[in-house]
Amino acid sequence: MKEMQKETSKQTHYGQFGGQYIPETLASELTRVAQAYDKYKADPEFLVEFHDLLDNYANRPSLLYYADKMTQDLGGAKIYLKREDLNHTGAHKINNVIGQALIAKRMGKTCLIAETGAGQHGVATATIAALFGMECEIFMGKEDTERQKLNVYRMQLLGAKVHAVTSGSMVLKDAVNATMQEWASRIDDTFYILGSAVGPYPFPEMVHDFQSVISKESKQQILETEGKLPDAVVACVGGGSNAIGSFADYIDDKEVKLIGCEAAGKGVDTDQTAATIERGSVGIFHGMKSLFLQNDDGQIDQVYSISAGLDYPGVGPEHAQLAELKRAQYVGITDDEAVNAFEYIAKTEGIIAAIESCHALAYVMKLAPTMRKDQIIICTVSGRGDKDVASIAKYRGVDIDE
Amino acid sequence: MSKLEEVFQNKTAFIPFLVADDPDFETTVQNILTLAENGADIVELGIPFSDPVADGPVIQAADLKAFKAGVNTNRVFEIVEEVRKTSDVPIVFLTYLNIPFKYGYDKFCQRCQKLNVSGLVIPDCPLEEQGEIRTFADKYDVDLIPLIAPTSGDRIEKIAANAKGFIYVVSSLGVTGVRDDLAVQQLNDTIQRIRKVTDVPVAIGFGIHSPEQAEKLATIADGIIIGSAVVKIVDAGHEDLQNELTDYVKNIKEAISVKA
Repeated sequence: MKEMQKETSKQTHYGQFGGQYIPETLASELTRVAQAYDKYKADPEFLVEFHDLLDNYANRPSLLYYADKMTQDLGGAKIYLKREDLNHTGAHKINNVIGQALIAKRMGKTCLIAETGAGQHGVATATIAALFGMECEIFMGKEDTERQKLNVYRMQLLGAKVHAVTSGSMVLKDAVNATMQEWASRIDDTFYILGSAVGPYPFPEMVHDFQSVISKESKQQILETEGKLPDAVVACVGGGSNAIGSFADYIDDKEVKLIGCEAAGKGVDTDQTAATIERGSVGIFHGMKSLFLQNDDGQIDQVYSISAGLDYPGVGPEHAQLAELKRAQYVGITDDEAVNAFEYIAKTEGIIAAIESCHALAYVMKLAPTMRKDQIIICTVSGRGDKDVASIAKYRGVDIDE
Repeated sequence: MSKLEEVFQNKTAFIPFLVADDPDFETTVQNILTLAENGADIVELGIPFSDPVADGPVIQAADLKAFKAGVNTNRVFEIVEEVRKTSDVPIVFLTYLNIPFKYGYDKFCQRCQKLNVSGLVIPDCPLEEQGEIRTFADKYDVDLIPLIAPTSGDRIEKIAANAKGFIYVVSSLGVTGVRDDLAVQQLNDTIQRIRKVTDVPVAIGFGIHSPEQAEKLATIADGIIIGSAVVKIVDAGHEDLQNELTDYVKNIKEAISVKA
């Protein structure tokens, strides 16, 4: 027992980042989750069930699509899109939810709770809860329930109870607070499915592992198609789940540039931003030591982005470490740039991509022309954009009465 | 024996909780003095945090009022400075770890020592993560008050063995707030397990509001912590706030003194 705890504590940090800064109420349960994960992550039966659900329920592997028109139009590197938007439920979130829900089931839990920003993680959790016959409660900032009404109703259709969180700035970070509080009050039968690469250990590791299917597939796919590794992998970063999954299998391939695109909101230099790595500083919040947008006193900022999924004042501890080690580069993309990319990818490739993913696509639009034609970019389209159509219309001043 | 541990000698200590700068600087100072003059043995002063995940709606609302009043870490120290002009009542801070982390652990603990703030309750800093602040807490004789929850299980002995000042036993699951379903028997079992490992005093908090509850719990614990119920009185904002606080402290004190 003692040895196991010692071993666990070794893995709980990513350099100076990570850890388990949680209320004592949750400490024992978190140890149980970590022990369960340690046990099952190498269990062949678990892995067979996980991959079976990924392939036969979530529709994996996802396509690695060559964006020919976009490549021609931008006139530089070849652009491949990793189409997580084609997964069942329309985003990468399902990968991690299947993994964590299988752990929950094995731990004998009967209720799944989750936070959600854009609603994609909530929809994925509600979906798997329906499939597994489990109770489901989703916490979503009130502001987000308004910008993502469609997803709220989707979750309700799937049988989940959706709580609109009215504390703080009523967005993703407040939803995480509320879910943690709910978890603390009913840990006996409940598992908290954290959707982002954040929170206390072992959540960042679980999310990394379950989302790494993205880069494992894309590596195999690009080697089959092009016979070589990509020059750059680009993904959007809020808490960082699709980015860590997109980067994971390339981290040791030093020649592959890893680029995370943060939400700069109205600009990195304004206070209406969510560009954590560029503007944040080291702090302790949501169970982890990482980078946060905060004031000099350590009060967490109310952040802003047009994208409900990237509207988060922190970032996963592994991203903080990748940034510190300069293994990955993080850039800010404004609302304007993301909305332009939303329209561009729709008209150029016939793909309506999530506004979150459009932060990555916007950077590809800048990066590709600066690269040679024999170079390759893989950009993860983390989700589909149906949920964003109404708010983009509003952004453009178009009145579409739903 | 640390200064805090001495407070618990031969009596059941009453530890009321206030949020610093709720609703403003002067009122907080006056509230601390009133509590101290009328029998509070230790005052627990909460440093407001933007995202108090371990606190219930009453304290969250008080935090918001404090932010409106312009609270920041230096101002919290200034409140204590003001109190120290007339009172040496033992004070502990309740703070989320990010506050001392950003202030600098060394500077924060040093300033605590200077102002005779004898302990820190840090709800998001379990034993495993205490190392980084403990170095400085020890250096400046500030006790880190550990929490033990109903879910602590086999962590109880390990936490108790490392404790100084007093041990904060969380009475029920979840967040702070007023509740009646206190499982006295389970609490007593927990306290017996603690006593086998350490002589450090044990105080119970979370969900206590009435003198009757306090009286019952005083038979098993060395101290009673009352948070939300006190903050509620402050936040009602009545003109005779100081009289209300005085009555409340006296009632609780009387209830828990029956023991001796």
